[in-house]
Order: sequence, then structure tokens, then C-alpha cells
Amino acid sequence: MLKVENVSAGYGGIKVLDRISFSVSEGKIVTLIGSNGVGKTTTLRTISGLLRPTEGRILFCNEDISKAAPHKIVEQGISHVPEGRNVFPRLTVKENLEMGAYIRKDAAGIRKDYQMVMETFPQLAQRQRQTAGTLSGGEQQMLAMGRALMSRPRLLLLDEPSMGLAPLVVLGIFEIIKEVNRQGTTILLVEQNAQVALRTAHRGYVMETGRIILEDSADALLQNDQVRKAYLGE
Amino acid sequence: MFIQQLINGLILGSTYALIALGYTMVYGIIELINFAHGEIYMFGAFVGLILVTVFKVPFILAFLLAMAAGALLGITVEYLAYRPLRQSSRLAALISAIGASIFLSNLALLIMGAQPYTFPSPFDATVYRTSLFVISKVEIIVLASSILLMIALTLFVQRTKVGKAMRATAQDKDTASLMGININRIITITFAIGSALGAAAGVMVGVYFRTVTPTMGLMPGLKGFVAAVIGGIGNIPGAMFGGIALGIAEVMGAAYISSQYRDAVAFALLIIVLLLKPSGLLGRTAQEKV
Repeated sequence: MLKVENVSAGYGGIKVLDRISFSVSEGKIVTLIGSNGVGKTTTLRTISGLLRPTEGRILFCNEDISKAAPHKIVEQGISHVPEGRNVFPRLTVKENLEMGAYIRKDAAGIRKDYQMVMETFPQLAQRQRQTAGTLSGGEQQMLAMGRALMSRPRLLLLDEPSMGLAPLVVLGIFEIIKEVNRQGTTILLVEQNAQVALRTAHRGYVMETGRIILEDSADALLQNDQVRKAYLGE
Repeated sequence: MFIQQLINGLILGSTYALIALGYTMVYGIIELINFAHGEIYMFGAFVGLILVTVFKVPFILAFLLAMAAGALLGITVEYLAYRPLRQSSRLAALISAIGASIFLSNLALLIMGAQPYTFPSPFDATVYRTSLFVISKVEIIVLASSILLMIALTLFVQRTKVGKAMRATAQDKDTASLMGININRIITITFAIGSALGAAAGVMVGVYFRTVTPTMGLMPGLKGFVAAVIGGIGNIPGAMFGGIALGIAEVMGAAYISSQYRDAVAFALLIIVLLLKPSGLLGRTAQEKV
């Protein structure tokens, strides 16, 4: 579904991604793990068009999206939940979700998906009229995910959904990620928390300073000595 | 006497508020002080004047066309003077804004000459008297149309999808683009609306004071900017509030201190507000929870 081929990207003259290649097949959860600063977030930003690749190309459903503007890529069916949640703090919960459905015109479908998000995240249902800036970290993560789902994406990009959240909240969020995937959304998950990411995903890639150094099924990576030492703290 | 001054201040302030809205909306989206905004106000006044005197267009239609022309000029200025500098330093864009302002006022001087033009009053000179104050027909119309425009803007920004997208873009451009919002289109719409309001103020001041000149945008442009800062730059209700507060303060200062200190009162108010509350009266000081 998504193919990243020899992509390099960076900020200013600094190269962050060095010819990385990987792919995500339809219906799967694929995770990209690695420590802080190796380029995981940059990878997602490049896929969603916030950053232009300096070389290589990105194919989504066999279409080259490497030069498309972010709002065009959303229309193709990719939705990105950025790092640090980035909800619109002075819009209400309801307005944030409406912005998620910005590209859609089917009012009835939007209402239905809104109900679906309310059922998936009951905590948000009680806070629909509150501004998003007043929510707790976990609630903001739920809102950011709900907002991304409002565009009915085929591929969901999640950047560090566990960041800054209590362990119990993280477990809840990852249960929802699995559920969203079961209902048919393909997921590319970027995480520093390798343990929980590999337990959730089908397949995994390990990144180190701008390169992908390892790829395997998630189960195999959980057993891999190198991964256990470097990322699982064993 | 006091009530009368309050009414006069309200009328003047409502035109400042309309100008201030253009500054604040643009600043909210791209963090630029659009110094050419005063010239868009002047341009609106001239378009209205020319339509009414040369083409004999009915006033209401001339008013609406002047707003449309102002919107078009605002979009053009953004496209030519600001968009190419979007990735540059903010200082570069600011210098470009000052350049656009000087260019437009001199272009008007070149075309229209330096002499003042008289705006023929489209309204009869009816004056309504109550026991507390006196108000003329043109004053009622200026006040009513300013208030109507402000209500319309508030409804647009709060209720419509594009209005919400404008607020989302002002809060976080990258995330807004991840929603599928075309940021460039939102910037264009923001310039169009802000400039239309500025042009509307130009026409209203034209019929109110009956004079239109190529340099008329300078002082009201500054005052609108001051009003936006007093209210809290980037904040729409703040601009409305700041404009009206400034108008009332100015009229009161002229009435009770000396009419020569009119402008001094406006800028003194700015200094006082900046000293006491640097983010403006309705500006945000607290950082949001991240």
C-alpha cells in the first residue's frame, strides 16, 4: 500500500534520512522503532508532505506522492497524528473533530463517524464543548486520533502515541489502535517504546541514525538479541 | 454632554475597529503587520468616491463594490509582496509591507493628485435629537453598518467551516495542513476579508468626514494598528474592543483635555496598555497546557 524507496530528507542542509526504504502492506500495523533523534518523526513528516524528500520517492497505492502538498496527501487517504498530539488548543473538542473531516462533504457520513469516535472515546463525549487545550494528555491523544479517523483514512500515521502518558493510559490507547486496525485501517506506528509497539504491530523496522538497520516480523524482532539489548532493556 | 461624547466616540471607534480587524486577522494567520492596510482603507474610499461621483452608482452598491475592490487589492498585495517572502525572516516581510504601503500611497498621489476630494453625502442631513444626545442619519448608518459587519464576521469565523479552518490555521499551520486545509487558500481568504473590512471603513469615513485624500490612510492605519495591539493582536474580539475603546478615549480626550491632544491620547493609551498588559487587553498571557 505504501512504498518508501531510497528516500532522503532533512532540514536546511542537514540530512536526517539517508536513503531509507520500507513498505507497509494493506491491513497491517507496521512499526518503526528506534531511539530519540534517529529520524522516525522526519519519516512521517516526509510521507505526509510536510517535508519534501531530497531524493527517492514515496508511492501510495502505486501513485507517487513525494511532491504533493500535505492537503493533497490527506485527500489521497493518509492521515497523520503528529508527535505531541497537536490538537487545536483553542477550538472545542467538537470543532477539532470537524476539522478532521475537513476534506469530506458527506454530512450524513460525517455525523455517523462522529458518533463512532464518541463511542470509541467515551471520555471525549463528555467534553465536546470544552476547548482542547483544557484536556489531559491522554484525552488530547484520543482527540488527535479521533480527529485523524474523521477523515476516514486508508492509512493512519501515528507518531509516538505513548509519549508522556501514564502506563495504564498507554495500554488503553494501544488497545484502541488494534481495534481501529481490525476495522480495516492500515497503520504505520512510530514509537520509542519498542516493547508495546512490537506487541501491537505485525511487522517492524528498526531505525538508527537515519537508516533502517533491521526488518522482520514483530514477533521475531521481540526475540532478536540485538533488539532485546538495545531497545527492550534486557 | 458626556453621553454625546460617548456616542461620538462609539462612531469613530467602530471605524477603528473595522480597520483593526484587518490587522489582527492577518497577524493571527501569518504573524505579519500588514502596513499596507491603511492604503487599502484609502483605496476603498477612492473606489467608493469614484463610483458615486463619476459612474453615479447608488451608494449601497458602491459601498459593496468598494469592499470587493479592497479585497482584491489585499489579495494582490499578499500575493506579490508577502507570499514570495513566506520562508524568509519576518523582518524581510515587514520591510516589504512598509514598501507596499509607500508604493500604494504614492501611486494614489500620482493618479489622483494631492488635493482633497469631497465625498458627496448620499444621505439627507436629518438629525435626530433626544434629551441626552444628537445623532445624524449618516452617523446612525456608519454605526449600524460597522456593527452589522462585525456581527457577520463573528458568525463567519465561529460557525462556518472556512471560519473554523481559519482559526485552526492561526493556531497551528502544519497540523491544519494535515487536516487537508489548503493553507494558501486560507491566507488568501483572510486577506480578502480583512481588506474588505478596511475598505468598508474607508468608504464610511469618506461619507462621514466628507473628505478623501491619497494620504488619508496613514493616521487611521496607525490608529487601527494601535487598536489591534490594545485589544491583543491576533484576537478578533480584542480588535473590536480595542477600536471602540480607542475611539471613545480619543473623543473624550479631545472634549475634556484639548482637541489638539487627540492623537496623543490614542498613543498614550497604547503606551499605558503595553506597560500594564503587554499582551493587550483581551490578549492571552497564559500558555496552554501541552
